[in-house]
Amino acid sequence: MHAPAQPAHPGTHVVPWRTLFVVFAALVALTVATVAATWVDLGKLNLVVALAIATVKAMLVLLYFMHLRWDNRFNAVVFCTTILFAALFVSLTLLDSKTYQPELIPDYAPAITPRS
Amino acid sequence: MSHAVEHAHDPHLQHHFATRKQQAEAGKLGMWLFLATEILLFSGLFCAYAVYRANHPEVFIYAHRFLDSTLGGINTLVLIFSSFTMAWAVRAAQIGAQKALQVLLALTLACGFGFLGIKYVEYHHKWKEGLLWGKRYAPQSQAHVPTGQEGAATHGRETAHDVPVVPKNVHLFFGIYFAMTGLHGLHVVAGMVVLGWLLLRARRGEFGSHYFTPVDLGGLYWHLVDLVWIFLFPLLYLIH
Repeated sequence: MHAPAQPAHPGTHVVPWRTLFVVFAALVALTVATVAATWVDLGKLNLVVALAIATVKAMLVLLYFMHLRWDNRFNAVVFCTTILFAALFVSLTLLDSKTYQPELIPDYAPAITPRS
Repeated sequence: MSHAVEHAHDPHLQHHFATRKQQAEAGKLGMWLFLATEILLFSGLFCAYAVYRANHPEVFIYAHRFLDSTLGGINTLVLIFSSFTMAWAVRAAQIGAQKALQVLLALTLACGFGFLGIKYVEYHHKWKEGLLWGKRYAPQSQAHVPTGQEGAATHGRETAHDVPVVPKNVHLFFGIYFAMTGLHGLHVVAGMVVLGWLLLRARRGEFGSHYFTPVDLGGLYWHLVDLVWIFLFPLLYLIH
């Protein structure tokens, strides 16, 4: 290497250490919160709360650890589109599944019950 | 910044890119596209989870108690900490802090070993208790009722009338459990290989403020592994 070392490119964004640490602390706190939430009976809401906390944690990792906050916006577009398609996948499948819900016979599933 | 000077003298600029910035952004975008495929890969399993849990919640309510959520929680914290050290390692590479970079990469790698170690303990226990997938599901007699040790770790309020009847097709829960955590575990192993390679390159002094792209992109992959677990943990271990 004969050329002098040059910065990767002008305007390379370096995340401040304090930011990383605060995000880490928040993630730990949210993990504690999600475990604590299971000790409270909220019925169907428990799943919603668990997924909501997981989503907040995921947003923190995406925006700060994965740098989406300061990156070219298109990377975020790629990610959001992915989530959109995954959501379509799961929701449409569930819609289909729920349509047949009234026809289900409880405990009857010959295709998957092991023949032991 | 003169275009000609950059192009002629920068050894890190590939000829098919006009500037370093464009090159770095292209690399980043490429990595995000790959992560998109990984997310869609896991979404297939999440879809199976969602459909089966929607149709048979009793199986999940019964079977999840066999999982030790204390170990699961520790694993979550291990991965979160490893994401912290990984993001910190990228920062170290960007500012040319060589020693810190190596230490942080090694720490992240160590967290990977820690995660796999705990996973081994969990899997080993399931193997011994016969709590496996599909046809291999053959619970040992004690395994039918989750022991107080495991139950207390998940809920502090086990009551006498909790699920007296064992639902049918519990083997499917374990099929989903092993498929999801297994695929995730494979991704952890792959990530550890990448981390080892980055550590080797860092020790050779290949990274610094002039070039840190592999650390950056390898870090993105590792964060994805953490992201998947952030959802796996509550969905498998913390079912109410």
